[in-house]
Amino acid sequence: MAIYKLPYSDLNQLFAAIAANEKLYLPVDISEDEAAFRLWKEGDQMTKKLNTLRSAKDFFFPQVQPLAKFRRQGQTIEIMDDRTESEDFVIFGARACDVRSFDVLDRVFLEEPVDTQYQTRRQHSTVVSLACGRPGETCFCGSFGIDAAKAGGDVQAWHDGDNFYLEPLTDKGVKLIDSVSSLLTAGDQEAVDQVVEKIHTILARLPLAGLKPQDLRDKELETFNSPKWDELSSHCIGCGSCTFVCPTCQCFDIEDFKNGENVERYRCWDSCMYNEFTMMAAGTPRKTQKERFRQRFMHKLVYYPIKNDGMYSCVGCGRCLRKCPIQMNIVKVMKALEEEA
Amino acid sequence: MQEELIKRAVELMEDGTVNRVLGWQKGQFVYDITPAVFTSADELKENFVYNDFCGDNLSKYLKDETEKEGKVLVFLKPCDTYSFNQLLTEYKIHRENVYAIGIECYGKADVELLRRKGIDGILDVKNENGTLKIATIYGDEEVPMMEAMAERCVNCKSKKHVAYDELIGEDGEVLDSNRFDMVEKLEQMSAQERFDFWQGELSRCIRCNACRNVCPACTCEKCVFDNPDSGLYNKAAADSFEEKMFHIIRAYHVAGRCTDCGECSRVCPEHIPLHLLNRKFIKDYNELYGSFMAGAEVGQVSPMVDFTMDNDAEPSIVQKGGAE
Amino acid sequence: MEQEALIPKLGVVTEIRRETPDVKTFRVVGVDGKKMFEHIPGQCAMLSIPGVGEGMFSITSSPTVEDYQEFSIKKCGCLTSWLHAMEPGQQICVRGPYGNGFPVEGEFRGKNLVFIAGGIGLAPLHSVINYCLAHRENYGHINVVYGSRSKDDLVDYQEILDSWQNAPDMDVFLTIDREQEGWDGHVGFVPNYVQEVGLDPTETAVICGPPVMIHFTLEGLKNLGFQEPQIFTTMEMRMKCGVGKCGRCNIGDKYVCKDGPVFSFDKLGELPPEY
Repeated sequence: MAIYKLPYSDLNQLFAAIAANEKLYLPVDISEDEAAFRLWKEGDQMTKKLNTLRSAKDFFFPQVQPLAKFRRQGQTIEIMDDRTESEDFVIFGARACDVRSFDVLDRVFLEEPVDTQYQTRRQHSTVVSLACGRPGETCFCGSFGIDAAKAGGDVQAWHDGDNFYLEPLTDKGVKLIDSVSSLLTAGDQEAVDQVVEKIHTILARLPLAGLKPQDLRDKELETFNSPKWDELSSHCIGCGSCTFVCPTCQCFDIEDFKNGENVERYRCWDSCMYNEFTMMAAGTPRKTQKERFRQRFMHKLVYYPIKNDGMYSCVGCGRCLRKCPIQMNIVKVMKALEEEA
Repeated sequence: MQEELIKRAVELMEDGTVNRVLGWQKGQFVYDITPAVFTSADELKENFVYNDFCGDNLSKYLKDETEKEGKVLVFLKPCDTYSFNQLLTEYKIHRENVYAIGIECYGKADVELLRRKGIDGILDVKNENGTLKIATIYGDEEVPMMEAMAERCVNCKSKKHVAYDELIGEDGEVLDSNRFDMVEKLEQMSAQERFDFWQGELSRCIRCNACRNVCPACTCEKCVFDNPDSGLYNKAAADSFEEKMFHIIRAYHVAGRCTDCGECSRVCPEHIPLHLLNRKFIKDYNELYGSFMAGAEVGQVSPMVDFTMDNDAEPSIVQKGGAE
Repeated sequence: MEQEALIPKLGVVTEIRRETPDVKTFRVVGVDGKKMFEHIPGQCAMLSIPGVGEGMFSITSSPTVEDYQEFSIKKCGCLTSWLHAMEPGQQICVRGPYGNGFPVEGEFRGKNLVFIAGGIGLAPLHSVINYCLAHRENYGHINVVYGSRSKDDLVDYQEILDSWQNAPDMDVFLTIDREQEGWDGHVGFVPNYVQEVGLDPTETAVICGPPVMIHFTLEGLKNLGFQEPQIFTTMEMRMKCGVGKCGRCNIGDKYVCKDGPVFSFDKLGELPPEY
């Protein structure tokens, strides 16, 4: 589709123009170390950091989400729907990995029966992606066929230092571009191609550039029984860092907050790394951290692909590589399983 | 030093003193080091690493390791030896099943501090006389080691090994560090300023439990936060105060047992300075009950469980509305 | 917004029967007094008391019952204790039905069937047995081998005596673990009894009960010449959503809440043994 251009120095005008119509979320610095998506307000600058610590899944699958309220009096129960319809909003500056994660999550939450809260947020969102000018050594989105230079979404964007380039890819994207067209001029494909080529050169030099996932769909039992899991999981401390920063981890819990006769039922993130995740009155089928660790990676590399035509439930964003307290992660798992094959 | 550690570990395995080694394993980059147990000389030679990024405190792993058959060799940095002693004091590890080698440490680097400087795409890091020479895909960088060092190391409390079977390298002294400077700053804040500080920090908590799970003082078989019957069980914040409850309760639970090893802050994915909560307790102990350092000796009794009528402590923190 | 699968509908518990010292059967209808949904034998539903808990239970009544659903529930945790303590007339939150159910209109059609249950394991089979009896012409001979710790722990005992034991072309074999006064029937464990009652290895078998009982019964059936594809069971895992999304009830790539709970042993054998 057509490419539009705007001087980099006018970016704040673009943000203001979008924010005049709908909510705009932008990755901004929240501390010296970390960036996060925040509701844009005048003066906010887009972060120069590679990515946000928390992934963009929060927009569609927030950590805590109300489901229903109940009032219990004597033998009667009143059920009150506590869901909210989403407003229109724009996510600006999502990276290619996070954009792909929405496809991964769609296959869980939009499969029948549709998760209505996820759906309303997806329907009301417009995603403007941004190509990665400076990918890090922990990046391996290319392993999953993702191109960090063409980040996808409803509009994909690049910048070359001087100019910001935008290309709408969907009807939603065209609508967004139309709404801010007074700020934009026609962009040239050649300039974009140059940015893309420059990024591709960097991507090829990344230390994890050659990493390719194995197709393990017909090796479910073999992979499950691999002796590698003992060693890989042996020092996992069983926290949920990897799951919570992961853009594709979507396990959740449903719990009640009690306040006298009023009860709020909510849905919140959960982690298969936690020991009580599968706990029943009679015990748990995943007794040690090995089983829990294995479950997480089997899900991403084997179970999910079996269910979803070979698509992996990992997008190579590298957050777990940066955040695991003991530096154990999916790349080490993939390499160990590869070694064995 | 790495080669020396490997050589000694191999000797101790070969002479039958130990049958395995708890140490640090190489990753795919220079900094992503994983705790690991090595069972052969070959494994050690191939994968054992000791460098500027070996920050992990290995002592908590001894809780499970010393339950196993045979003796395990562990390498302990000076600050790790305090955790080791504290775990011994609490009968969490079997001393007879571990052979501890104290190793000297001049502070560990934190790769996140390099990233803070905008350095990314890191391919290699070499320490040349206190300067980190960093190769990245975007070119070479130089950073003084002091600027890449974790806060707990910049404000190192002790270079002294308080427990070991043998030492490799020099033993040091307990240091007169500046570790309470930030606590003092917090104390000097107004109640509102202090509340705002913690609100800002703790609001980022994602409740991943990394701080709790890595903490050598958190060794409960079942944590109150995982127990549906405790009244504290929940995985989500009921309100904006909820996460503070988690961290404040946890700080109380480890008070008098926390050795200020700093693992909680190291592993926090949100860089919340959790160690400051613990340090406030340590500072209060020192001021109210006389100098006390958890883990300094095996068998020490924490002031909180050793009340005598002579204790003339009326801590400011019990006053309504907080300290003046 | 559309109806959300995770938000329950309101039902009423109209009748509570004590089956055994720790099992009660609860009859549930909608607030309009009618049956809340249609189901397939072997399917489950989520029952919840807000503030107490929510749990997945198999639907014990046959789909051929037109007016209500029933759930036989063993007291073992927080929610089930609460349910056991409540009185008829209590409103309850219900969502479902969930799961695949038994292939009553598929592989079971025209077959001789044997249902083997231990303890509360009869609950999920109760629905399918009564469904088969209601559509008698579609199925061959029916055997039921059922055992429990004691006579008092036999679920649906009265119905077994009054109805099943008198049903045409149906045999019921009861056993209890230990001798007991007032019991002149068989004494012994289910897996052993299964070997003795003269099963024909062409029958289609369904096993439900504690893991140990399932394990030994399966071994026994194989010794008799049964093949894994003709032996079915129904699985139990911790569940939260019931719709294949919350991620905790999987056995390998299959979600018990959605792809199960009914599996044949040949299919189960292809999955990681993590249950």
